[in-house]
Amino acid sequence: MESLTLSDVEQKYYSDLFVYCDTDNTKKVASNGRVLDLFRAAQLPSEVVLQITELCGATRLGHFGRSQFYIALKLIAIAQSGLPLRVESLNSVKDLPLPRFVVGKNEAEARHAALYQDTDSQGLYPASAHGVIPRPPGRGHQNKKGPPSSTSLPVHEVIQPLAPSVESQPEPTSPVVSPHQSPPTSPHSWRKHKRQHSGGNADRPPVVAATGAVWTQFREPQTGPVSGDGMWSSHSPPPPGQESWVSFTADTPPSSTVPAMHPSSVQESTTIRTVASAATTNEIQRQSSGYDDPWKITDEQRQYYINQFKTIQPDLTGFIPGSAAKEFFTKSKLPILELSHIWELSDFDKDGALTLDEFCAAFHLVVARKNGYDLPEKLPESLMPKLIDLDDSAEVPEPTADVGYSGSPVEVTPNKSPSMPSLNQAWPEMNQSSEQWETFSERSSSSQTLTQFDSNIAPADPDTAIVHPVPIRMTPSKIHMQEMELKRTGSDHNHPTSPLLAKPPELSEEAKLPASMKFVAANTVGDGYSSSDSFTSDQEPITRQRSQSGTSPEALKVVAPPPPPPRPHPSHSRSSSLDMNRTFAAATTAGQPQPSTIAYPPAVPPRPLPTQTSVPHTGHRVEAEAVPGGGAVLTTTSPQQIPQQPNFADFSQFQAFAASEQPSSLPEVDKHSEAGQVDKAPEGAGPLRTVKSDSQVDERTSTTVNSAKGSSGPLAPPPKPIRRRLKSEDELRPEDEQHGPQKSNVIAAVLATQPSIPRSVGKDKKAIQASIRRNKETNTVLARLNSELQQQPKLSLEALTCRRTLR
Amino acid sequence: MAVCIAVIAKENYPLYIRSVPTQNELKFHYTVHTSLDVVEEKISAVGKSLGDQRELYLGLLYPTEDYKVYGYVTNSKVKFVIVVDSSNTSLRDNEIRSMFRKLHNSFTDVMCNPFHNPGDPIQSKAFDGIVSGMMVQTG
Repeated sequence: MESLTLSDVEQKYYSDLFVYCDTDNTKKVASNGRVLDLFRAAQLPSEVVLQITELCGATRLGHFGRSQFYIALKLIAIAQSGLPLRVESLNSVKDLPLPRFVVGKNEAEARHAALYQDTDSQGLYPASAHGVIPRPPGRGHQNKKGPPSSTSLPVHEVIQPLAPSVESQPEPTSPVVSPHQSPPTSPHSWRKHKRQHSGGNADRPPVVAATGAVWTQFREPQTGPVSGDGMWSSHSPPPPGQESWVSFTADTPPSSTVPAMHPSSVQESTTIRTVASAATTNEIQRQSSGYDDPWKITDEQRQYYINQFKTIQPDLTGFIPGSAAKEFFTKSKLPILELSHIWELSDFDKDGALTLDEFCAAFHLVVARKNGYDLPEKLPESLMPKLIDLDDSAEVPEPTADVGYSGSPVEVTPNKSPSMPSLNQAWPEMNQSSEQWETFSERSSSSQTLTQFDSNIAPADPDTAIVHPVPIRMTPSKIHMQEMELKRTGSDHNHPTSPLLAKPPELSEEAKLPASMKFVAANTVGDGYSSSDSFTSDQEPITRQRSQSGTSPEALKVVAPPPPPPRPHPSHSRSSSLDMNRTFAAATTAGQPQPSTIAYPPAVPPRPLPTQTSVPHTGHRVEAEAVPGGGAVLTTTSPQQIPQQPNFADFSQFQAFAASEQPSSLPEVDKHSEAGQVDKAPEGAGPLRTVKSDSQVDERTSTTVNSAKGSSGPLAPPPKPIRRRLKSEDELRPEDEQHGPQKSNVIAAVLATQPSIPRSVGKDKKAIQASIRRNKETNTVLARLNSELQQQPKLSLEALTCRRTLR
Repeated sequence: MAVCIAVIAKENYPLYIRSVPTQNELKFHYTVHTSLDVVEEKISAVGKSLGDQRELYLGLLYPTEDYKVYGYVTNSKVKFVIVVDSSNTSLRDNEIRSMFRKLHNSFTDVMCNPFHNPGDPIQSKAFDGIVSGMMVQTG
């Protein structure tokens, strides 16, 4: 680094500071801790501090030698004067005022003294003026003389103005406090405002003034631009032996006083004195406790803010519109410019309205300003709205931003936890709600548009949310899933019956489902999802079903991240997912594409359309689904979800979508299970049997289907299940093998469960229609089974003959 | 890096003007003033043809030997003018656009402030910060 030429004053000052920092008494190296504290006390932004350390070579050396230290101090002075940091300016800048550091310790003393002062009803300034504090009112006068034009008063000039204002300057012990503002330029304007403003505070409650006096005393020297400098420099000549002022504690105005201010400042003066005393004690405690985040909001403050918020906006989770906030804060009689700046700081999401957190932050800043604190450049981290998911991101940059005015970032960080909990504790409900809101929005944003739409619906209408999930689904899905698993694992055929048998109990759970869904609706998406999961205890299928119901936004939301829930295919929607399961199982095992099957429209009336494409089914299904729910939303969801979880029984949908789906669920379930079972049947005899069985099955199924169609004519959706059956039959054909016992079991189970379904479901029309459809489907299934069973002996005979021939 | 940035209100009076201090500010003020004519001309021309669909970014308004002037108009007829040094050839159109976008966003934030009366000079520190970031960094 280039050589540094210091004036005598500077030399003395710097050496004093060096000695102060030289805690190890090495006389050569200043301890980094002290140095950093000192730099923080300089009230410069952290970037500037970093730049300074870099420029002075300390980063290179890794420590602060005497020369580095001096260079750094000079750079600090330069920075505080508002000049750009340049190495060249070290020696070129003449008449640079000494670097200013915020001293906490002595100020604390002054504060105490001031506390016991008589407090008058004068404004902050006047109070401070007559305060015991050595802070001379003269300083205030000085300040009011107008913004010191030049920050870089020559040192000697600085000293001179002190002379006239010496009136009260027994300040040798009162440390000069440098202005808190980091940017050298704007502070002037702010200070001006502050001065003027505080002058206008005369009408404030006296006690406020009292406590404010403490503050102002504290602050005045800080804010007085030139005067501050002057004061500061006035100390430099004083004997270096005066360690007292050097021993600044890098303590910014105690936050405790600020909090104390709040309740008092805005309220009546009655209890102010007690408050003030309390504040002082707080101050003392806080100071003793070490570095405190001056912007932390205490609980009583926060409570006060909440109350104020309620007067404007009774809903704590709501917003205060900008106009209302403007009126409210204008009452504080701060200049519009400052209020504007406070707004800029506190309206975190820039939406033109204040949430509770933002309002508290703004209020806190207003109070701080009224009490003499200069406004920070950036929102202090403790004032950051914590209830937003941006927390992590918001907190990170703050500590650095705080350096300029709050002091040590290191200390701020530890305060984060204390302040955070305090903030969060005060707002548990807010946290939850906003978190919920946030997660809500986040999830909705992350999920597909459909889900967003649904999510919007869901909270608004929990009933629909409940309806959509349609408990009925539970049963089929469970069975469905079990069947699927069984098929996959190749377990015995009896299992399908168990799921089927399990239907009734599951169906009985339908009642529970609504409750669970309600629960889901009530809670946030995430909660709902988890609760539904736990509740159903069915495993994912049910949950998926629920989420799949598409109408439940929460479910959708939840599902969104995971693959879409069980709205596998349009056809699937109303018909039994069991069937679909079978189909899919068949598909998986047989490797056949099942989309067409899946696409069965839930229409009941048996239409001789064995080759229904998925499209129409989808369309139909979409319609059906759209009925209950968000129309377009559902439409989009179903196709999306269809491919994904075909295994969900749409029984739930049956009930929900009156017009749609139907009874075919059970029979279809049977079919699916049959199909699955078929898959597992020995394939050897398959081909032989299939031909015959297919034809027979076709005949019978067609007949049954037709009959079913005819019977279910009145029901619009009914045709679809039948179609589905046809399709499944189609698909079953190639795989048609030993159904026999399986089918019978299945059918028995279906039959057994069917009757119970309507009962457990309820008496509403939809339930009845659904049960009717189911019965019809069951009939067809049974008919089919019969035919197949009849074929079995023939098939087996054929198999035997084949084997015999082979031998 | 801009040499001068100005925000002009709908009624063509300045809301905010800031130039690099080392240069003659009056010259820039005059430049911005004359550029308003060009802005008006561009607005009116586009307005006729496309109706409401008007490109906010007006592009290079007019160049002189020393510098170039770029313009941008918001839908509320608030104009942003950026003057850049001609010698600064590295500044591409995209960069100018992004500068205008930033300005516009910042301006919107200022407008959202309930304490700011539209039509008042802009005194937002945040806005100042953004503008400073765009200005040529002099020593």
